[in-house]
Parts: sequence; structure tokens; C-alpha cells
Amino acid sequence: MRITTFLAISFLAFATLALRAQDASKPKESVYTELEKVPDKNKRMKNPLANDPDAAAAGRVLFEEHCEECHGKAGMGGRKAPSLRTEEVQNAAPGAIFWILANGVVRKRMPVWSKLPDPQRWQLVSFIKSMGAAGTGSDTAKTP
Amino acid sequence: MRLSELNWLFLLSLRFSYVLLTLLTFSPMARPARAQENPYIVAYDHNLEEPGSLEIEYFSTLGTQRGGPNYHAFWSEFEYGATAWWTTEFYLDGQTTFGESTIFTGYRLENRVRPLKDEHFINPVLYVEFENVNEADKIMKEVEGHDVESDYLVPNGVARQEKARELEFKLILSRNYKGWNFTQNTIAAKNLSNHPWEFGYALGASRPLALKGAAHRCNFCGQHFIAGVEMYGGLGDRYSFGLHDTSHYLAPGLAWNLPSGWTFRVEPTFGLNDQSHRFLLRWGVSYEIPGFGRMAGSLFKGRE
Repeated sequence: MRITTFLAISFLAFATLALRAQDASKPKESVYTELEKVPDKNKRMKNPLANDPDAAAAGRVLFEEHCEECHGKAGMGGRKAPSLRTEEVQNAAPGAIFWILANGVVRKRMPVWSKLPDPQRWQLVSFIKSMGAAGTGSDTAKTP
Repeated sequence: MRLSELNWLFLLSLRFSYVLLTLLTFSPMARPARAQENPYIVAYDHNLEEPGSLEIEYFSTLGTQRGGPNYHAFWSEFEYGATAWWTTEFYLDGQTTFGESTIFTGYRLENRVRPLKDEHFINPVLYVEFENVNEADKIMKEVEGHDVESDYLVPNGVARQEKARELEFKLILSRNYKGWNFTQNTIAAKNLSNHPWEFGYALGASRPLALKGAAHRCNFCGQHFIAGVEMYGGLGDRYSFGLHDTSHYLAPGLAWNLPSGWTFRVEPTFGLNDQSHRFLLRWGVSYEIPGFGRMAGSLFKGRE
């Protein structure tokens, strides 16, 4: 039964480590400070789809597919990720939001979304900016 | 552990994944998820699983064999995003050699870690895998050393007697650029018994059929189809390094990422030299469960 024991112990160890890793990555500071760390040249980038009438609608579909699970319905914040309806996000430069999407904040559980092509990330930026501010949101991401 | 027990365990796990995949199709959990997978079956890119998500996958390889019976090798894969920079996976492998038998061939534990926090010109990912399989394993998750087609001629009854406990390391270098993904994997594997280091490679390129997202929800929009090609093969071992006396493959592929979280992949694969299988048909289906970590965590913490 040595293989069974090894298999069981390995699986349990990995499962425990993997689940604990979520707690270990609890953020300590406001997640919105990441927007301030975006390099200036990236902040200055203009949204090439700013005048595309379909951009926000396409961004909504993408948001529902990729972002809503963590950031909650209508971007109001969820258990794992902060609200996108705060002044910090809504007043941020489009280029800064685009940069965060492209690079993620992997130490704070925000995945890298560079696998989405640039036009889709700009569509997401259009949608996020179209949501507008909506009062309070969760300032820091909560972990399960 | 007896082989019959291993077979029983494997078949149980395989049935579990089938039942789970079927239930998920009709379950209320089948909500919009975030599948955006490349078509690669062998090569890895630097895009890791989203944190807290579990992806359940099933893959098949139908292999042609000169001088012996064809085979169907298959594996189940459970891929979990532990953090945004660490993905861990567990595999169960098996195969049917036509006219011989269907057997469980082993398991694999795999981890991928992204050491750099931001996106760079080239993005490295470190990969470590422990595999405990027998020599009847035919899933061809990679090609390494002097792997050749004739290795697969050994009958199951003989090949399954020989164990292969192996540590495998990969350096994955990948880039997303203007909708394209380019990736290169360098493989170094060490059988834990007295075998030399073996090496291999995999290269891949892929791109969605459409770069812009559609303004309405759809299953057949170009953005959900990603076409690509991968090439992989062995690089010999430490005593005989190089492209000779090993097999090499070229595989165009297509992935269909449905907004519901399902991904289908198909990849006809062509051998490039006499040491390679002439043709392999590889395909896979996977389903991503977002928020699995939270659900599992709530079971143990007694809260939602």
C-alpha cells in the first residue's frame, strides 16, 4: 500500500498548500495604490476604442465572462476583489487600468490578462469607465 | 499496491471526472466563466490558471503504430490556480492498446510558478513535475531523450512491469504580442533510477480568429476560436545531445472557448521523421469552475 499512502499524502499536502496559499496572499494595503504605481508613459496611453460605440457593450460581455466572478456584479466588489466603482478607479487614466489588466497584480491575486488581445482589454477599459462611481466599495480584496 | 487495485482506482477517478463533467453541463454552477485557453496540448505558455479556479480536463490521443497495434491513450487532469503566480495540477493516465488491454499507467503532480510579477518582453515560468508511471504510458505529454515510435511496440503486459519515476523540469518562455502567443519550452527530465538526464523541446504559436470582442453574447464569434500550431520533440540525453535518433512532431490545432466555461481542443499531429509516429489525433475537453477554492474553503471553515 506504499504507493496509495504516498499518493494520498501528496494529494492532501498539495491541496492544503494550495488552499492555504490563498490566505497567505491577503493584501495588507489598499489595492488601489497599484493604480498609482503604473508607469507614467502607460498612464498616458489613449484608449483607441474611445469613440467606438460598441466598445462598452463588448466590454460588458467580456467583464461578465472574465471579471464578474471576483469583482462582483456591476463591478461593485466581491469576496476576492475590490469594487471598480470607486473614485480611485473611475478617475484613473484609461492607460492605467489597461496596464493593470495587462500586468495583473499577481501578489494580490489579480491575474495577468495579457492573454486577452489588446482590443479586448481596451473594450474592458471602456466598460469599466462607463460604469461610473457608485459610492463605497470594498477597499481591500477579501479572501475566502 | 496490486495492479488490479490501481486499475480500479484509475477507472473510478475517470468515471468521477466523466460524471462531474456531465453534471456540470446541466448544473446551475454552469455560469459564465473565463475560459481562454490556447490550443496547445504539449507546449505550455505563461498564462496560469486564475486563482481559486479548478479546471477539470480530459484528453485523448489516438495513435497510429507501425509494426504493431494502434492505441488510444487518455488522461484526466485537475488544474487548480492556487494563486495568481502558482498553478498546481494532478494527472491520471491510462491507455488502451487495441487487441491487448486497457490499463492505468500512472499519475503526475505538476507545479508551475511565475517568478516575475509583471508582464515582460519574455515571461518565464518554472515548471516542476513528479511522475510515477509505467513504461506502458503512451499519453505523450512531452517527447524527451531518444523517445521513438518503436518504444511503443512493447506489449502492455511487459511494459507495465517497468516503473518510471521521474522528475521533470521545464523552463517556459512565452510572450503575448498583438493577439499572438509565442512560447518555447525547454525540458530536462531525470529518471530517479540510474538513467541520464534527458532533454526535449516544445514550440508554439497561436492567435484568436478575432481580436475584438463581440458586443453580444455568442458561442461562434471569432474571439472564441484560437488557432495555433505547436512543434515538439526530443533533444537526446547528456551523452548524446541533439535532434538525431529521436522523434519530432508538428501539430496544427484549434481551441474553442465557450463563454459557459467549456473548452474543446483538437490537434491532428504529424510525425516529422522516421522515428516518429506517422499520425496522432489528439483532442480534449475541459471545464473551468471559477471560485472552486472559495467553495472548498467554505466546506472546511463552516462559512460561505
